[in-house]
Amino acid sequence: MMQEAALFEYILRLSDDSLILGQRLGEWCGHGPILEEDIAITNIALDLIGQAISLYDFAATLEGQGRNHDQLAYLRYENEYKNALLVEQPNGDFAMTIVRQFFFDAFRLPLWEALMQSPIEQIAAIAAKSVKETRYHLKHSSEWVVRLGDGTEESHQRAQDAIDHLWRYTNELFYENAHDHSLHAAGLVPKLEIIQAKWNQTVKDILAEATLSVPAHNWKFEGGREGRHSEHMGYILSDLQYMQRAYPNMEW
Amino acid sequence: MSTSQWPLWEVFIRSKQGLNHKHVGSLRAPDATLALENARDVYTRRSEGISIWVVESAHIHATDIDEAASFFEPSDTKIYRHPTFYEVPDGVKHM
Repeated sequence: MMQEAALFEYILRLSDDSLILGQRLGEWCGHGPILEEDIAITNIALDLIGQAISLYDFAATLEGQGRNHDQLAYLRYENEYKNALLVEQPNGDFAMTIVRQFFFDAFRLPLWEALMQSPIEQIAAIAAKSVKETRYHLKHSSEWVVRLGDGTEESHQRAQDAIDHLWRYTNELFYENAHDHSLHAAGLVPKLEIIQAKWNQTVKDILAEATLSVPAHNWKFEGGREGRHSEHMGYILSDLQYMQRAYPNMEW
Repeated sequence: MSTSQWPLWEVFIRSKQGLNHKHVGSLRAPDATLALENARDVYTRRSEGISIWVVESAHIHATDIDEAASFFEPSDTKIYRHPTFYEVPDGVKHM
């Protein structure tokens, strides 16, 4: 029972990250810098929301309280969301959106790759499907980081500003608590220090190629994984939850 | 939409193994890698393909519409070039 609660929390982190970042990316719909990128960003948003649906379905099964994915996605209170602060940060300019995406994709790809080995069948299956999507997301965001960084003086500056600003939220991606340790002990999920080493390498390589610098400062903002969110989260949830609260149990 | 400095690319997609790449449209991109990614995102969202070619439109040489008469009309009167004078034997299938 203890382990199910730990697993429920673990799955919520994955699904909330996907849902909230998908919602943020959806804000670009119709506002992309070019038509092709507008479609690319919304494709990524849809991939993420698709991942969230599978994950919430699994979480609902684990919880066994009769909730469905809509109720988990749309009807919890802010402090019940376990997404990292990084994914709720505003889109900002295109560089900010791309850098946020790059930091997230560089974390998510090795995580899915490791979760494909999980002895929990549902997790392994979701990871196997999602890894292909995320591999493309990382390719796309990396290509753009390189082009912005190694582009014009202005694109370089904007990309560097985005990195300097978002850097403080990256450490939280590797947050772990006692629940995680019980899951590690049972061999169900990977230790995040392994994922972090891969993340560090990807970030180092791509930023070097992009002629961008890794920030010298070491500020670390945390809280999202424990349900303490930034001031942006309430606005996201009011958008996200409006329909389900105004028309309970509605479906598309 | 400040795309004026980005070149135009023509996109060709192979829908399945054994078929030719077919022209499906065009798009803007700063370079070949992103042209392929944009083509993937714009033209293969509904499983339309398994392979993509992109070619910078500037590299395509096309016939001149004004020369269409001399290029194409002479063949209109050569109906004997079409294999329509043969009777197909009953035993032949898939023709």
